[in-house]
Amino acid sequence: MEHFHTNPELNYLTNGHSLRSWLLTEDHKRIAMLYLMSVTFFFFIGGLAAAGVRYELMSPAGNMMESETYNKLFTAHGTVMVFLFLLVAIPAVLGNFLLPLMIGARDLAFPRLNLLSWYLYMAAGTCITLAMLGGGADTGWTFYTPYSSMYSNSNVSLTLLGVFLGGFSSITTGMNFVVTTHKMRAPGMTWFRLPLFVWGHYATGVIMLLGTPVVAITLLCVIFERTFQLPIYSPELGGDPVLFQHMFWFYSHPAVYIMILPAFGVISEIMTAFSRKRVFGYHMIAFSSLAIAFLGFLVWGHHMFVSSQSMYQSVIFSLITFLLAVPSAIKVWNWTATMYKGNVVLSGPMIYGIGFQGLFLVGGLTGPFLASYGNDVHLSATYFVVAHFHYVMVGGSIMGFLAGLHFWWPKMTGRLYNDTIAKWNAMLVFVGFNLTFFPQFIVGWMGMPRRYHYYYFAPEFTPYHILSTMGSSILGIGFAVPAFYLIHSLFKGEKAGDNPWNAHGLEWNTSSPPPTENFRYKVIVTDDVYDYDPVAEHENDMLAAGGKA
Amino acid sequence: MAHAAHGDEFEVLKFQYEDMDQQNDSYIVGMWCFLVTEIMFFGMLFLTYSFYRMNYQNDWFKAHEQLDWKLGGINTANLLFSSFLMATAVRQAQLKDRMGVLLRLGGVLVCAFVFLGIKYIEYSGKYEHHLFPGPGFAPEVSHFHGANLNHVQLFFGLYFAMTGLHGVHVLVGILVIGALAMMWVKGKKIVTEDYIPTELVGLYWHFVDIVWIFLYPLFYLMPNPSGPNSGGSH
Repeated sequence: MEHFHTNPELNYLTNGHSLRSWLLTEDHKRIAMLYLMSVTFFFFIGGLAAAGVRYELMSPAGNMMESETYNKLFTAHGTVMVFLFLLVAIPAVLGNFLLPLMIGARDLAFPRLNLLSWYLYMAAGTCITLAMLGGGADTGWTFYTPYSSMYSNSNVSLTLLGVFLGGFSSITTGMNFVVTTHKMRAPGMTWFRLPLFVWGHYATGVIMLLGTPVVAITLLCVIFERTFQLPIYSPELGGDPVLFQHMFWFYSHPAVYIMILPAFGVISEIMTAFSRKRVFGYHMIAFSSLAIAFLGFLVWGHHMFVSSQSMYQSVIFSLITFLLAVPSAIKVWNWTATMYKGNVVLSGPMIYGIGFQGLFLVGGLTGPFLASYGNDVHLSATYFVVAHFHYVMVGGSIMGFLAGLHFWWPKMTGRLYNDTIAKWNAMLVFVGFNLTFFPQFIVGWMGMPRRYHYYYFAPEFTPYHILSTMGSSILGIGFAVPAFYLIHSLFKGEKAGDNPWNAHGLEWNTSSPPPTENFRYKVIVTDDVYDYDPVAEHENDMLAAGGKA
Repeated sequence: MAHAAHGDEFEVLKFQYEDMDQQNDSYIVGMWCFLVTEIMFFGMLFLTYSFYRMNYQNDWFKAHEQLDWKLGGINTANLLFSSFLMATAVRQAQLKDRMGVLLRLGGVLVCAFVFLGIKYIEYSGKYEHHLFPGPGFAPEVSHFHGANLNHVQLFFGLYFAMTGLHGVHVLVGILVIGALAMMWVKGKKIVTEDYIPTELVGLYWHFVDIVWIFLYPLFYLMPNPSGPNSGGSH
């Protein structure tokens, strides 16, 4: 108890007001807030670039901008969104804030490393932004060689340096999560009492540790090849550009799960809290996270079905890719089963969460289309792929982020927002999202290639693109509105109290916002996770009485 | 933990941990996690290496003859010896033998500098013979017995990338070991009372050593793919 020496009246927000106390903080909650502000900023930049891309595709002629400008726009959109938003948003904001609270720790295992990871992230963001201001890169976010390493005349090296630094930020975050989960759990917090949010972040941490270094060195080699002409992939010298693709996707396919596994964790928490019911199949959800992390490393080859890869390789990669549908389906199935017969409360976070499930379902079900080797030859590099990965990554990650942000906002800030507006906005986002990306499935099936800024050869694509652009405007509004009501809540919102949702979990036992040391008492865990008993008991009574379930 | 030690413990115990055991366990798990990322970091280069070597066995064999296996061998022995010193330094840290640790860490630093010195001699030799890949790459064709010079350049590209990255790790090792030695010189409690920090630096140094143990035979000791004892294709 001797460690609890701070003033009991203070919480992490009021404990020090100077800029210095924020920029040099080692408190995981403050670092999460720093991350929240930065990822929001970069999300705005990435969104602007997306708007440019959609604007250009309104007409088939493609005469609003040069091809080169268009290439730089979609590269900026992809790079910023993937490396500065999707990979970072949930783990670095919600994970940082909540992981120690959920396991009853006072902080992450390595607070200083955590602060370093934010600075690395900001350095990454600065490099990528400077590269954009200096003219941008035109390689696409995948940086395929030899175009990126030998031919492109744009700011590829600086952009790559940014991605490289962002990778280190990700590695330090992953290390912190893995070590914290292993070593910092409060007495009584056994592995199978861990909230599923923690399981999701643990699996994410493992992917960050195993995958990120590979892409870091791969991209470093591209920088070497560009600046020193040190040949690694150069086909002129007998090097193999497809080798780059193998290395790149060895990370970048699992990276999809860095974006989505934390969201799974968020949704599991929300589903059980607002169904007032123990989550269905806790162990299966926990193990499916690990299974996804493991299988995610074995499927990269499906990005290379139409490269020089051998047919037999492709068939095997196709098979393993299908396997990934199993743990994903387990999760969606179990969330649905959790809601079944629960006392479902349709609050703002819950509607975001249900929206997540709808979008992830569409994204997930279109995965096997692309995993089928033969089918993919037709669909490869079309808008079908674009729609698929937006449904999975954006529908999954951003909806999950919004759901989690709404769910834990009262805990993070101590204030309540207007839940009615949040509900309507959640539905607006859902509609806008589908209007944006569903037409892209159709137009992709019809043959619209990705990365083209005109389609005068096929004017019949026009209505789909116009629908899509309209949807993106709605989506833009849907993403902007929360900023207003959430910020409004900071000043005018009601006091939240410790547990406004009446939810289970250690984080709801401490005050809102939490004090610097997280808990004012020594945490000892004695009850099981998600002990929402009344409904469960009622169900058991029904079963015991032989009533129809 | 003995109760009397609690005063000292409090000085080095970080806010977020309950006790020294938890803190040390976390450090050790953290270090191994870091080493796993390093294995993946180098692993990608090793994979690239094996891919190209499989494709261009003969050309790469001829390219590798430009490397001096004796210098590499001296460096291998040198690094192995430094790893041995490091292991004994950790032992002395457990015994709280300050002078013993400092002597051994000093020895490790000397070995590290010798390693970089030999590496410098090798690198400058390659540079003088225009074997550094890129625009200045202009080797004596006769040295390579008709090998495809593009593939030779690829060989040297990976040679410089991999040994260079390893060299950077040696350099970082010198800084980290230097910092550790300074803490021992000043008698900081965090190292003198607890051997874990010394052990963590030791783990890093052994890792750097192990990477070289793989680099040396792969680059310097290639078997002749068309030779009688190779088992390769004829």
